[in-house]
Amino acid sequence: MSFLSLLARNRLALVGLIVMGFVVLLALVTPLLPLADPDVTNTGNRFLKPFSEGTLLGTDHLGRDLLSRLLWGTRLSLAVGFAAAVIAAVLGAAVGIVAGYYGGRVDNLIMRGVDMLMAFPYILLALAIVAALGPGLLNALIAVAAVNIPFFARNIRGITVGIAHKEFVDAAKLAGMRDARIIVSEVLPNVIPVIVIAMSTTVGWMILETAGLSFLGLGSQPPQADLGSMLGEARSALITNPHTSVVPGVMILIIVMAINLLGDGVRDALDPRLRSGALTRPMAATTVRRKGPVPVPEGENVLDLRGLETQFHVKDRIYRAVGGVSWGVKPGECLGIIGESGSGKSVTALSVMGLVASPPGVITGGAVHYKGEDLVGAPYERLRSLRGREVAYIFQDPLATLHPLYKVGDQLVEAIRVHHHVSDKEARAKALGLLKDVRIPNAESRLENYPHEMSGGMRQRVGIAMALANDPEVIIADEPTTALDVTVQAQILSLLDTLRREKGLAIVFITHDFGVVAQLCDRVAVMYAGRIVEEGPTQMVLDAPAHPYTRRLIACVPELGEGKRELHAIPGLPPAVNDLPPGCAFAPRCDKATEACRQGEIALEAHGPRKLRCLFPETELEAAQ
Amino acid sequence: MGSYILKRLVSAIPVLLGITVIVFAIMALIPGDPATAILGSYATPENVEKLNRDLGLDKPAVQRYFIWLSNMVQGDFGRSFSLNRPVLDEVLDRFGATLVLAGTSFVLCSLIGVAAGVVSAARQYGFADKAITFVVLLGISIPSFFLGMMMILIFAVQLRWFPASGMWPIYGDRNLLVLLDHLLMPALALAVVATGVVARLSRSAMLEVLRQDYIRTARAKGVPERGVIWRHALRAAMVSIIPVLGIQAGFVLSGAVYIEMVFQWPGVGRMLVDAILKRDILLVQGGVVFVAACYVLFNIVVDVAQSLLDPRIKT
Amino acid sequence: MSIALKLDALSKTFVVGKQLFGPPKGRVHAVHPVTLEVPEGETLGIVGESGCGKSTLARMLVGLLEPSGGSIEIAGKPLDNADPAVFGKRIQYVFQDPISSLNPRKTVRQIMEAPLKRLHGMDKAQRDRRISEIFAQVNLREEFLDRYPHEFSGGQAQRIGIARALAAEARILILDEPVSALDVSVQAQVLNLLAELKQRLGLTYLFISHDLAVVEAVSDRVAVLYFGSVVEVGKAEDVFSNPRHPYTKLLAESAPVVGRALTAPEGRETELPDPLNPPKGCAFRARCPYAGERCGDEVPQLSGDGHQAACFYPLR
Ligand SMILES: Nc1ncnc2c1ncn2[C@@H]1O[C@H](COP(=O)(O)OP(=O)(O)OP(=O)(O)O)[C@@H](O)[C@H]1O
Ligand code: SF4
Ligand code: SF4
Ligand SMILES: [Mg+2]
Repeated sequence: MSFLSLLARNRLALVGLIVMGFVVLLALVTPLLPLADPDVTNTGNRFLKPFSEGTLLGTDHLGRDLLSRLLWGTRLSLAVGFAAAVIAAVLGAAVGIVAGYYGGRVDNLIMRGVDMLMAFPYILLALAIVAALGPGLLNALIAVAAVNIPFFARNIRGITVGIAHKEFVDAAKLAGMRDARIIVSEVLPNVIPVIVIAMSTTVGWMILETAGLSFLGLGSQPPQADLGSMLGEARSALITNPHTSVVPGVMILIIVMAINLLGDGVRDALDPRLRSGALTRPMAATTVRRKGPVPVPEGENVLDLRGLETQFHVKDRIYRAVGGVSWGVKPGECLGIIGESGSGKSVTALSVMGLVASPPGVITGGAVHYKGEDLVGAPYERLRSLRGREVAYIFQDPLATLHPLYKVGDQLVEAIRVHHHVSDKEARAKALGLLKDVRIPNAESRLENYPHEMSGGMRQRVGIAMALANDPEVIIADEPTTALDVTVQAQILSLLDTLRREKGLAIVFITHDFGVVAQLCDRVAVMYAGRIVEEGPTQMVLDAPAHPYTRRLIACVPELGEGKRELHAIPGLPPAVNDLPPGCAFAPRCDKATEACRQGEIALEAHGPRKLRCLFPETELEAAQ
Repeated sequence: MGSYILKRLVSAIPVLLGITVIVFAIMALIPGDPATAILGSYATPENVEKLNRDLGLDKPAVQRYFIWLSNMVQGDFGRSFSLNRPVLDEVLDRFGATLVLAGTSFVLCSLIGVAAGVVSAARQYGFADKAITFVVLLGISIPSFFLGMMMILIFAVQLRWFPASGMWPIYGDRNLLVLLDHLLMPALALAVVATGVVARLSRSAMLEVLRQDYIRTARAKGVPERGVIWRHALRAAMVSIIPVLGIQAGFVLSGAVYIEMVFQWPGVGRMLVDAILKRDILLVQGGVVFVAACYVLFNIVVDVAQSLLDPRIKT
Repeated sequence: MSIALKLDALSKTFVVGKQLFGPPKGRVHAVHPVTLEVPEGETLGIVGESGCGKSTLARMLVGLLEPSGGSIEIAGKPLDNADPAVFGKRIQYVFQDPISSLNPRKTVRQIMEAPLKRLHGMDKAQRDRRISEIFAQVNLREEFLDRYPHEFSGGQAQRIGIARALAAEARILILDEPVSALDVSVQAQVLNLLAELKQRLGLTYLFISHDLAVVEAVSDRVAVLYFGSVVEVGKAEDVFSNPRHPYTKLLAESAPVVGRALTAPEGRETELPDPLNPPKGCAFRARCPYAGERCGDEVPQLSGDGHQAACFYPLR
């Protein structure tokens, strides 16, 4: 099963598993081992040192064999700890699922109770329970389990609420299921991994807690001993005979540490986000591992990409997200990049300033020249000084891309002050000017707003203002209007168009909408499977697309004003970029594909002002140069 | 903000009432006859009956609860039979010592834990991260009472750097230096587990935040990496770290019970354990309610801090 | 032609900031009273911007949300979801997010079997036969049946979602943004599939989308939703080419179209009103270039026959 192999891949967890397996085995076979009776006192032999004759670990203050007591104690501690964890997990999960699934009043009532229990420092509750029930191992178990129920309940409730609002639960209702069945067959399977994770990460804790109560004399009662009470009894002889303390103490440490290692492994293996390695921290700049030669820039482009290759290395797979992309923008020009999702538009854009998340991203080839200077592999400090000052970005979702806890004014001021040594006051005045530039009404008071207090359109204006903060030469706008409504999109597009003409900005505009490209961009590049398949002046490309993909992509988008009709869909799916076919990536979906298309590299060739990567163009083009 | 604090204080009243109900209900579970427990099994029936009447135990439970509650509101927590003094006096005497110990540990675990978590996340998979992760794992796996005992053995008995137990020397001055000398070992022993938990959580909170789009925005603006980590990421991560600190305060308070036993620290925890072993129910009740109430108030402070940090919380 | 779906003054109000004691902090009128009829065999398109109440409306129609007022009739009988095993056979729903509408821990076969078992009580052999039939209809290969949802692309997952809805054999399908999570090339495939199924099985659709061009391409009639109210209803070919309500006109002019110059279609750059604090009169007034006196005092009602608009000064 993949779970076990994932667990085994985590070496520390494996160590935990082996140690734990050994301890559990020892505990299981303890009754069969030739050990001295753990409870028989022999005061003549008290405090024998370890490795004395007849005893491996020595004896305690009553002359009892420590090894024997240790193994019996371990048996007891493990049993009690696991029992407490199971009881707490089952009851807590049941409460949490009911509260989370039904919501409303039921939820309110249960969670108030849980809050009440969590208002105690947990040991007070445990002490109160033991005080009421009287000292004893079983009572300590009950206390520890009871005290942990609220933690499980709250955790599981949170997860359940998330699942209960998933669309598949609605679908189950419409498929004729009733609540009880939905809980069992739809919710529970999704909650169980979380319960297992929570349990595996708290078993160690529960063992510590029961040992603690025994240590205080409130758990197991003499002569029976668990690890905690062994430690408690040894305390008075700590100075004279430390080995009686060290033996049980180290045992607890070993057990809990092994369980924690194992628990982390279980969590990593079961948590899908951790499994996909998603919880890695992106570094300050994308890793560069460039093997080939550094291409030289073309023409008078201010920003020029040549043969850029960016890949994602996930485990043993390589995703060629960008497979040799070349384009450039001249000052004041607007270049549109269009393609379906997964075609590599954003990765190309982020590669320019080394903003691709790495790991797993790696730039493996090509060059990015800004005013003649190659930025691929440039020192971090150089990249940083260009970011925002010379090349600025506008991102898609303005709510996610602005810091939620800082006022927009402060975020603008920061953008200015990281590049210019100006006073806070000057920066603030500039920020105000920027908000006015992007036509935000009541700019003065808007500076004091937090992002969540603004509408989507206003937030995106702030995003644009931030990009303009240092008068950059190039702005890269990655689907800046996709998250917005059409009416707001129209406003933002016309704003961008005005600004670029006023300020002579070069804009790289990424979108998947031909209408937007047609309205805003001078030239357009079409991307498919990490490569540019066609490039040229917008009007030419849209009027007479030369690549079969471009033509069919335009044809399958319904256009307003044409009434009800059938659409010309493209069959099949874009290829996965970790498994690209040889030759033309579009060949499996192309109705003109021949054997020639499936073999070898097809180059992006220039035909006058246009460029094309296809053997059988859709229109007559100038001869290749 | 003032009205928010007021609102939180008002909403604490039902919680406090709930606490008293829970404590009272648990105590009502006690099997057998408390008077017999107090007087021992050789007591005469008359004495038992008299004590029952004196303690009000002949009345129905609901009535007893309200009497207990109204007395408590007036500052009368009852009398401890084992110490023969008012419960509140004893609790107040002891609570100061616990506060010093737990407060110091809490400050230590917050500062060290968060800093370690941030460094660990910023250097994910680097040497610092691995070292911190290992120490943290050790920290959350070692029983604090065992750690305390080992510290005594090494630093008090072997090296003689610190006194082995107590809060004050039996003879001599009582000043801050002396207190620190006695405090350092127990406070550290107590802080270790909580520091580990805080460091782990801070690390994962930071990792989560560092993947967010607004961090990429900060980098795209040209913010230096140090600013990205400490100003942008930590600020956002604190939103999920602060509630954890609130919970850890409860854990530190809980762990104090063990540490007070090990280091003979004259705090509430030791008092409670003694009271349980002597079956001094009123002292247990009073002590638990008092400490829990303080913890509830502390959590209001946490909530207020959270609302100051996060403008999205409506105050 | 009989009426498949009839909404009479259907409305929904959410109470926000519910407190244990005392009155709630506010009310959001997500859907104002809506009256609509969908004849059998028709596709009614519903367009509107985010937050205008599209999903709320749709979820009420399939009984996932309790209406605050008004009534719903499905094929002449009032909506009654007391017995989910009966209700599911009358109306079905296709969700916006194709992945999250499939339980990640169930195989496609388990997902497909649920409605067949619960709604139609079929035995194993019958179920297998029926699943094969449905899969053939939606162009899915049967080898997909033993895989888990995460192994599918958005377009394939949406086909599975459609297949599940078909399994219930309901005659009415509510499609809530069924293609907005999909790429354009795949979107066209799914839209064509939906059109084909409708024709073959004689279904009735309520098709919700924020994309005007998509709605126009698939619908017979279109209703435009603004701020929880229907502001215009008419034939698909008329509504956008010849809008009567100023908001519809704004929408149509905002949609980016190849060959149309870029203009900000709106002078005043205001956005949606605050739902907790709705304006008096016409909700569109703050953005409307045609607003007159009446607009501030009264709420306009739908009027006109055939092509209706809720506006005091409709465009011609
Ligand atoms: N549970 C809820 N509590 C309060 N308000 C709600 C709730 N659900 C929806 N709303 C509000 O109702 C209005 C309509 O919401 P709905 O989700 O139906 O719109 P939508 O048109 O489907 O939006 P989108 O296109 O973004 O999905 C919005 O103002 C929304 O904030
Ligand atoms: S190269 Fe061949 S397969 Fe590729 S798009 Fe051109 S004609 Fe089609
Ligand atoms: S009713 Fe008045 S404000 Fe509303 S859309 Fe019509 S003209 Fe504009
Ligand atoms: Mg919606």
